[in-house]
Amino acid sequence: MLSQQDMLEAERHGKQVRSIYVYEAPVRLWHWVNALAMVVLAVTGYLIGLPPASVPGEAAEHFLLGYIRFAHFTAGYVFAIGLLARVYWALVGNHHARQIFMLPITNKAWWSEVLFELRWYLFLEKHPKKYVGHNPMAQLMMFFFFTVLAFGMVITGFALYSEGAGLGTWSDRLFGWVLPALGGSMQTHSWHRLGMWIMMSFVLVHVYAAIREDIMSRQSLISTMVSGWRMFKD
Amino acid sequence: MTETFYDVLRRQGITRRSFLKFCSLTATSLGLGSAAAPRIAHALETKPRTPVLWLHGLECTCCSESFIRSAHPLTKDVVLSMLSLDYDDTLMAAAGHQAEAILEEVKKKYKGQYIVAVEGNPPLNEDGMFCIQGGRPFVEKLKETCADAKAIISWGSCASYGCVQAAKPNPTRATPVHKVITGKPIINVPGCPPIAEVMTGVVTYMLTFDRIPELDRQGRPKMFYGQRIHDKCYRRGHFDAGQFAEAWDDEGARKGYCLYKMGCKGPTTYNACSSMRWNGGVSWPVQSGHGCIGCSEDGFWDKGSFYDRVTQIKQFGVESNADQIGGTVAAVTGAAIAAHAAVTALARARNKNATNGE
Repeated sequence: MLSQQDMLEAERHGKQVRSIYVYEAPVRLWHWVNALAMVVLAVTGYLIGLPPASVPGEAAEHFLLGYIRFAHFTAGYVFAIGLLARVYWALVGNHHARQIFMLPITNKAWWSEVLFELRWYLFLEKHPKKYVGHNPMAQLMMFFFFTVLAFGMVITGFALYSEGAGLGTWSDRLFGWVLPALGGSMQTHSWHRLGMWIMMSFVLVHVYAAIREDIMSRQSLISTMVSGWRMFKD
Repeated sequence: MTETFYDVLRRQGITRRSFLKFCSLTATSLGLGSAAAPRIAHALETKPRTPVLWLHGLECTCCSESFIRSAHPLTKDVVLSMLSLDYDDTLMAAAGHQAEAILEEVKKKYKGQYIVAVEGNPPLNEDGMFCIQGGRPFVEKLKETCADAKAIISWGSCASYGCVQAAKPNPTRATPVHKVITGKPIINVPGCPPIAEVMTGVVTYMLTFDRIPELDRQGRPKMFYGQRIHDKCYRRGHFDAGQFAEAWDDEGARKGYCLYKMGCKGPTTYNACSSMRWNGGVSWPVQSGHGCIGCSEDGFWDKGSFYDRVTQIKQFGVESNADQIGGTVAAVTGAAIAAHAAVTALARARNKNATNGE
């Protein structure tokens, strides 16, 4: 439904106007804050599991792992609150803001667009299509490898956070049930870490696809996330 | 008739005068006023000590071995004064039919009043034939004995979670008590074995307040299992500072650095070892230089090696950890991207040449 609307818009506007406003300011701000939080989370999270070499001297003189964990928890809060704010904006923002939260799975045209994009990425299509928002393939990827995974990371993350925060704290009340449900604290740690790797693999694909499409499909992608305007080059 | 607390006190040489003084003092210190003193005396004179039936299923008796070493309170006080341990295969003098008859007697006489303490668990495969007591499967004995109990204490990881006999592939289908007995309050006291003082502490609490202690999501008493080993570990300072032993004989190990990198399961294990310690507070695993193995956690045998931190994820069927799986995913993704970019560049160049040629 959405994608059809987008498609029509893109085709109509693509011919008539040179640019169209896609990402509103809160979405752009969230995108970059979120990206920064994810980098901090991945690096500090990796180091929490496999800490760096021991620091010399007395324990009282250092707080290395303490700071690493502090950075992780702070970035975790930023990530989680950002995600909630993003959900809110999906409700009140324009229809592009809703794209990564739901898939038009009942729409046959949308599925054929997914297939088209798949063929495009497999070099089976010569000319790319233009989209105002995310292309359907990107939307599919975003939904599973970002939105669903992000909620998974927040839930397992705060479950692990509750272990240090203690019984009866808000994180324990909300997410403490996750630990026994996943088979214990150790399992939850392992899944959370695997989630990080999958998220980072998604980041690789995301950045690559954005740069590639920016060059290949003759429409702006990277600058769109800065200015909010999608430019069509022909 | 089982002795009352008053009988026990008198037997230990306390005079009635002292007993009444004690009751008045207790009433005063609790702020209950003078009228409460006779009521306390009455309760202690008439309230029978709670009968406890201690059953042994598939287990190694390490829980009993731990229990009899309790220092605060002394096990003899618990067993001889505080409760009435009417049945315990490994401790009682009676044997044979005489011993088994006690079970029936307590069940009838104290219906709904007695506590069942279970050490070990029932195996369910082959109709429970893997654990036979008195000529019949333990699971039957367990169900019958628990039917009229007031509460059940699951001693140790065996009764609470299954422990080693329930480790994969669990050939006898050893099953934790709370999955066999339903509709009764069950207190899980995991550990292999649990700390002696934790065991006597749970019993003392139940006898003193006549109710079960507050439990967490996994049915464990919050007062002993509310925090991780890691949260109260005396080596925690080294963890926060970033000082770790990297081998069993390196400088860090000698200096008593954190054993996190050696696979210590303290950060993922809920127990009171780091605060209460073992053997009357003498020592505990981390203090003796070996990491925690997480023996009070559900299925701790099946959670990868005791000696690494980022450990195996069994769901993948192969022995690989999050870093191996995730790292492979990331590397394959990276390689695919590089290949895709190369093909894209090639196709683009060819396209340009074609366009230029026209």
